Amino acid sequence: MKKITILAGFAWLMLAGCDMPGSTDGDAKDDNGDAPAPYASQYAALPSAATLLTGATVLTGTGERMDGADVLLRDGKIVQVGARISAGDAEVIDAKDMWITPGIIDVHSHLGVYPAPGVLAHGDGNEISSPNTAEVWAEHSVWPQDPSFVTALAGGITTLQILPGSANLFGGRSVTVKNVPGRSVQDMKFPGAPYGLKMACGENPKRVYGEIKGTAPSTRMGNVAGYRKAWIAAEDYRDKMEKADNGDGEAPVRDLQLETLVGVLDGEILVHNHCYRADEMAVMIDVAKEFGYRISTFHHAVEAYKIPDLLAENDICAAVWADWWGFKMEAYDGIRENAAMVDSAGACAIVHSDDERGIQRLNQETAKIMGAAARVDIDIPPEHAIRWITRNAAQALGIGGSVGTLEAGKMADVAVWDGNPFSVYSRVERVYIDGALVFHLDDSSVNPVTDFSLGTTAMTGGAK
Amino acid sequence: MRTLMKSTVLLAGTLLAGSAVAETIAITGATVHTVASAGTIENATIIVENGNITAVGAGIAAPDGARQIDASGKIVTPGLITPFGQIGLVEVGAVEGTVDFVQRGDQFSASFDPADAYNPRSTLVATNRIEGITHAVIAPQALEPDEFGNQSRVLSGLASIVQLSDDDFIVERGAAFVANLGETGSELAGGSRAAALMILRTAFDDARDYARNVQAYEQGNRRKYSISRNDLEALQDLLDGSKPLLVNVHRANDISTALRLADEYDLDLIVMGGIEAWMVADELAAADASVILDSLANLPGNFDRLNARLDAAAILSKAGVRFAIGGDGASQNHNARNITQAAGIAVANGLSWNAALEALTLAPAEMYGVDDRIGSIEAGKRGDLVIWAADPLELSSFPEQVFIGGEAVPMESRQTLLRDRYLDRDSDKPPAFR
Repeated sequence: MKKITILAGFAWLMLAGCDMPGSTDGDAKDDNGDAPAPYASQYAALPSAATLLTGATVLTGTGERMDGADVLLRDGKIVQVGARISAGDAEVIDAKDMWITPGIIDVHSHLGVYPAPGVLAHGDGNEISSPNTAEVWAEHSVWPQDPSFVTALAGGITTLQILPGSANLFGGRSVTVKNVPGRSVQDMKFPGAPYGLKMACGENPKRVYGEIKGTAPSTRMGNVAGYRKAWIAAEDYRDKMEKADNGDGEAPVRDLQLETLVGVLDGEILVHNHCYRADEMAVMIDVAKEFGYRISTFHHAVEAYKIPDLLAENDICAAVWADWWGFKMEAYDGIRENAAMVDSAGACAIVHSDDERGIQRLNQETAKIMGAAARVDIDIPPEHAIRWITRNAAQALGIGGSVGTLEAGKMADVAVWDGNPFSVYSRVERVYIDGALVFHLDDSSVNPVTDFSLGTTAMTGGAK
Repeated sequence: MRTLMKSTVLLAGTLLAGSAVAETIAITGATVHTVASAGTIENATIIVENGNITAVGAGIAAPDGARQIDASGKIVTPGLITPFGQIGLVEVGAVEGTVDFVQRGDQFSASFDPADAYNPRSTLVATNRIEGITHAVIAPQALEPDEFGNQSRVLSGLASIVQLSDDDFIVERGAAFVANLGETGSELAGGSRAAALMILRTAFDDARDYARNVQAYEQGNRRKYSISRNDLEALQDLLDGSKPLLVNVHRANDISTALRLADEYDLDLIVMGGIEAWMVADELAAADASVILDSLANLPGNFDRLNARLDAAAILSKAGVRFAIGGDGASQNHNARNITQAAGIAVANGLSWNAALEALTLAPAEMYGVDDRIGSIEAGKRGDLVIWAADPLELSSFPEQVFIGGEAVPMESRQTLLRDRYLDRDSDKPPAFR
């Protein structure tokens, strides 16, 4: 069902599959450790002062809740979390009655590649020219002036993965960015984050190619044949490269598409697989086994609650909405308890947005799931629930060593809330990224404003 | 192993709300938010007889034989109204055979009445009513041309109000006329929002002319009109002021244009979406126009929405504009239940709690002219009530019981059935055999 542009606002999201996917390289050096690799992260943390937030309720992301606790940030890192920390030279912020969490991480967004305004000229998230476009990189589409970065920041988002769309079996590489708007995507790339590969199951690829273009795939079995064919080609490319490295024959001509797929086979690029139905996720697990790669995360995973055991056994996260359902056939069985049922079976649950509005309140989406779970006696306390949008998300993106929890030595990416983040009435009061104050609810002077928003009255994502 | 809600795994037939003769009920002990002149009443009793509220207040005795429902410590609100959408007119958005809200082609525009397609057994009905939605406005919507080039029109047709019960579901057929201005209007009118306005003016002038010359028209002695006979007939209810004109529009100057049109033809106006309505709040208040607000908008989704802001509801409220919450796609249709979240967010951004509840109940009832029957808890209105365990706007809150016309609805949906089937993990049977 196509909506008219004007009614839908971001209508092209619907046209091409509203669920779309992105990664980064960091200060990557080439193999010899010489010149920086092309497209490398140029992210530089903003200047920061040592800060001590005192007397807050702290959800550490490790599963702990600490009441009346302090959090010390210095030199862009978390130094200490606990009671009565000595301030030293740090600026002291009274955070009594506030809640402090790790910065929120969204594993599924299209900010910058499907930015606001959602005009056709901005529709850069789906390379709808072949069912396999593993060669494209989302970062080459990202428009850093998307005002949605700022509104997401006002929702506590400090890191996000920007993915290509889901029109293709292989949509291309994702990019993980720090939510500090820069002049280029390189300015935002999360240093050292691995790339992701967006893959898509189900209705979108078969509709876009079979139904609209009249080419393969036109069925789910066609989808799977497409994945297998590509992985076979990747294996062959990898083998030829290896042989050439060992002096056995000439190296094949460099192929960007196969290079990305080989990156997955080598475990350097993480698979983010758009997949709704339980049965399709089960098939994708077998495809991964056939070719010896790992799936990091099933995205959307509307039916994950039907196979939490499979997800747990195979160490795959399910990144889900709270309650989107029924907009298409493969979303018909969506239920609010999905993430809670995945989590309580011992699998990795994540709440994602796929949406420029949803990304502003992943905390609230999580809270709806907590409420629904409580109705069936699944108790998800705040200190556990926060992991769905912090620690688990960081793990899924391969950056769990640097962000996702408030532990000493990690990047000082912190959200400060004016109340329990799982209340509808709470708002983000402050956001720190690498220890720098980048958002303040009551002081728009510290907040970023993208170029596009200049001259409008709604510049700073809800700040006064 | 956690408690399984086995008792709710019943035959699908029980998902239908019963149509037995309504009994007399007395709900006691609750904090009742009447959204009426009585305000909030602590420890109140509500009496419902034959489907209608007959009394509400503290210290009221239950009539003999009434079924007493102890709601001590709970909150009671009026049933919530989703002020715009297509519940029952769509089952699966991308499955076209289930979509019945689109009008295309020349034959009908203003008179298109999708209420005839309304399906009370849609899964959207139970999914939303167990979350406190008792009424839905179901409206036509313009979409892009079909494969044969048939276009949707600037005038989309009629919006109706249904109650989410199994019987007697039409509360008000043809409660408003739906039209499109702004970018949508431009697209439908062939390339300019000004052309959309001309189409409306021409249709209204034709309808007036038709009313004065019906006989001549029937005899073929009148000029050709821009719309069909059905549409000419239907628009009489708009032009005589008995039904409002609902306009999908966001940009501030387009809203001002709509207000001028309403003034010119003496129409009651409802602004649907209204992302920049806050910029012309005083004009809206002076004209006694209403807004169904996309209250979650804070991004320039297109050039009609550059000045979107999250405190728009608070600004409209302060200016005295009547508004409903639920103008955003995320709290319509499948997830109409999320209007409580949208209202809570409006409160977080400066709206008073009472105004937020009014925006989910009485305000939409008033703008569609059905506040004589629904939208508040007072004697004479329908027994549409929700008992909440806690603050209805909170994310963790949910209804313990919903009443429509005095009848308790089954607190089950297809989603609760799916949930309970897959919660039953101790079963050694495959899900289909549970």
